[in-house]
Amino acid sequence: MSRRGPVLRVEDLHVWFDLPGGELHAVQGVGFELQAGERLGLVGESGCGKTTTILAVMGLLPPNASVAGRVYLDDRDILEGGENTVAPHRWKDVAMVFQGAMNAFNPVKRIGDQIAEPMELHGTATGRATRTRVAELFEMVGIAPERADRYPHEFSGGMRQRAAIAMALACDPQVLLADEPTTALDVMVQAQILELLVRLSEELGLAVVLVTHDLPVVAQTCGRAAVMYAGRMVEDGATADLYHDPKHPYTRLLFSATPDLYAEEYIVSIPGAPPRLDRHIEGCPFQPRCDRAFAPCPTIAPPFITVAPRHAAACHLNDVALERTQ
Amino acid sequence: MRSDATGPLLEVEDLVTRYPVPRGLMGAITGRAKLSVQAADGISFSLQSGEMLAIVGESGCGKTTTAQTVMRMIEPDEGRIRFRGRDITTLSPRQMRSLRREMQLIYQDPYESLDPRFRVRDTVEEPLIIHGEGGTKDGRDKLVREALERAGLSPPELYMDRYPHELSGGQRQRVAIAAGLVLNPSLLVADEPVSMLDVSVRAGILDLLAGLRRAGLGILMITHDLSTAAHYADRIAVMYLGRIVEIGSAKEVVRTPQHPYTRALVSVVPSRDPRTGSRPQLLKGETPNAVHIPQGCRFHPRCPESIEECPSIDPQLRPAGAVGHEAACILVGHDENLDTTGDAGAPAATGPGRT
Repeated sequence: MSRRGPVLRVEDLHVWFDLPGGELHAVQGVGFELQAGERLGLVGESGCGKTTTILAVMGLLPPNASVAGRVYLDDRDILEGGENTVAPHRWKDVAMVFQGAMNAFNPVKRIGDQIAEPMELHGTATGRATRTRVAELFEMVGIAPERADRYPHEFSGGMRQRAAIAMALACDPQVLLADEPTTALDVMVQAQILELLVRLSEELGLAVVLVTHDLPVVAQTCGRAAVMYAGRMVEDGATADLYHDPKHPYTRLLFSATPDLYAEEYIVSIPGAPPRLDRHIEGCPFQPRCDRAFAPCPTIAPPFITVAPRHAAACHLNDVALERTQ
Repeated sequence: MRSDATGPLLEVEDLVTRYPVPRGLMGAITGRAKLSVQAADGISFSLQSGEMLAIVGESGCGKTTTAQTVMRMIEPDEGRIRFRGRDITTLSPRQMRSLRREMQLIYQDPYESLDPRFRVRDTVEEPLIIHGEGGTKDGRDKLVREALERAGLSPPELYMDRYPHELSGGQRQRVAIAAGLVLNPSLLVADEPVSMLDVSVRAGILDLLAGLRRAGLGILMITHDLSTAAHYADRIAVMYLGRIVEIGSAKEVVRTPQHPYTRALVSVVPSRDPRTGSRPQLLKGETPNAVHIPQGCRFHPRCPESIEECPSIDPQLRPAGAVGHEAACILVGHDENLDTTGDAGAPAATGPGRT
């Protein structure tokens, strides 16, 4: 593992979608960084901007989107020159497993051939080397290599998801972005896929961003988590700290709303709904639903600041706490 | 409420539902054997008024088929369904129609179950019109308001004239529930009622169902989420490949699971607390196709505890531990008879029967 610093660094990322009804500010200044071998859970509810964030990193946003900010891969800003600077890195350095990827295989092409495609496209392998590499990838994700000649319908859901992960790893990336990789799977298969992702990150030193709405999945597989709300980062820290010592009320309430097999207390829902992102948001976006809102919240947007070692949050309650300690 | 003091609200006995597997043109020409999927394969359970029973299992285990068969939306091939003591297995569609108002189904996806062109009031009023209930327009209006309030959409005036697209996911599911409640049913079958909703609003819908149960409704909840079932249901039935393999009080099933499948299932449910969490006990492979159900115990090819007898004995549910707790495993409740294999709870020497 390199000790050169983060393999991926996202700074002040903004994404706007141009929609018939106006402009939607989907990602509003998101930033995070990732070390080799690290697993970060990017958590939030639908519409919070988590998928848009990683699509922006991949340079795969739809044509009606505009982007601002910086995405550094090994200290080089790949967003700077648009498609020209992203394309050389896509799949080679940063790869993605799309939501529902396991159902996106071409039904009339052999799985192995489909996995070989990105390698041939990028010229990372040709001819016989490609077949060797496919076998290697299959082994890596726990599929018998001789099954490369099979068609997607001959694979179970879990096996197709393994194949989708193999496909993302084809060009040996440093960073893997996985969008809800287990959402459509049963718990038993989910556990198998999560075990695979953990093993890959440990064995290959692969940095993984796990995008999900499922807090328990993140709690059990990622050392760190970043919580998003209304297009912004509200908290980022060690997963254990987020659960045991949350610095943002949304994080605390989200955990309280999540049922747990091992907990006795009843789960509680969060009243209200997230704000619309096609309008300007005054103050803290979570303030209307927050149980701890106070004077500055409706008017002043709280900055996303470090509140403890390796722990950042965007909440005015932390200003008060910090002032007290000074 | 309206429950019979004498017996359970719903009784299901040895229910079997099969789906034919299409052979295709070539299959028909070559005379390939007709196959069928045994989606529900001998299901028995009962549900009291004021009780919530959760049927838990992975996709393809037959939980939705069971629910739909109970509602007579799918015809059972064998077995009996009794509703408030009355055998409804062979009732004609006409006879079922008048019974339907007493049993209502809540669907998984409130984005699809509501007609986008219907205002909230129309959606909730529709069952009344279909069943000719509520008398005049004013009478129906009153019942619609009451149903919306019971579903937690209060004050009803705020919601009645809205369209589904103007509502959040949680509100839509409440509208669907209100439409289910407007005929004042005694049985509610909820098929994954929160799985399409955001985490932050799930508790609200589940609390609503819990409140209806306390008010006397019998609720059959179908879910893949053991954590939700553990929190909200009185009892849990765990299904595997068309069978109930374990049933008992929610606490018992989750805290002291008796069937190896339930144990494995419990172990892979992730905890929200990063510091707790059991070692996931990963089962090999995936649930086999229900067209080819393994001989003997249907779980034995994947079972970490299977013994010599498992491929030949098809275990039935039998008492395990606390009252009302049953499991279908030969290692359960017969400890002394199986002394040769050592402690019944410990993994046996013979590993999975098939590789």
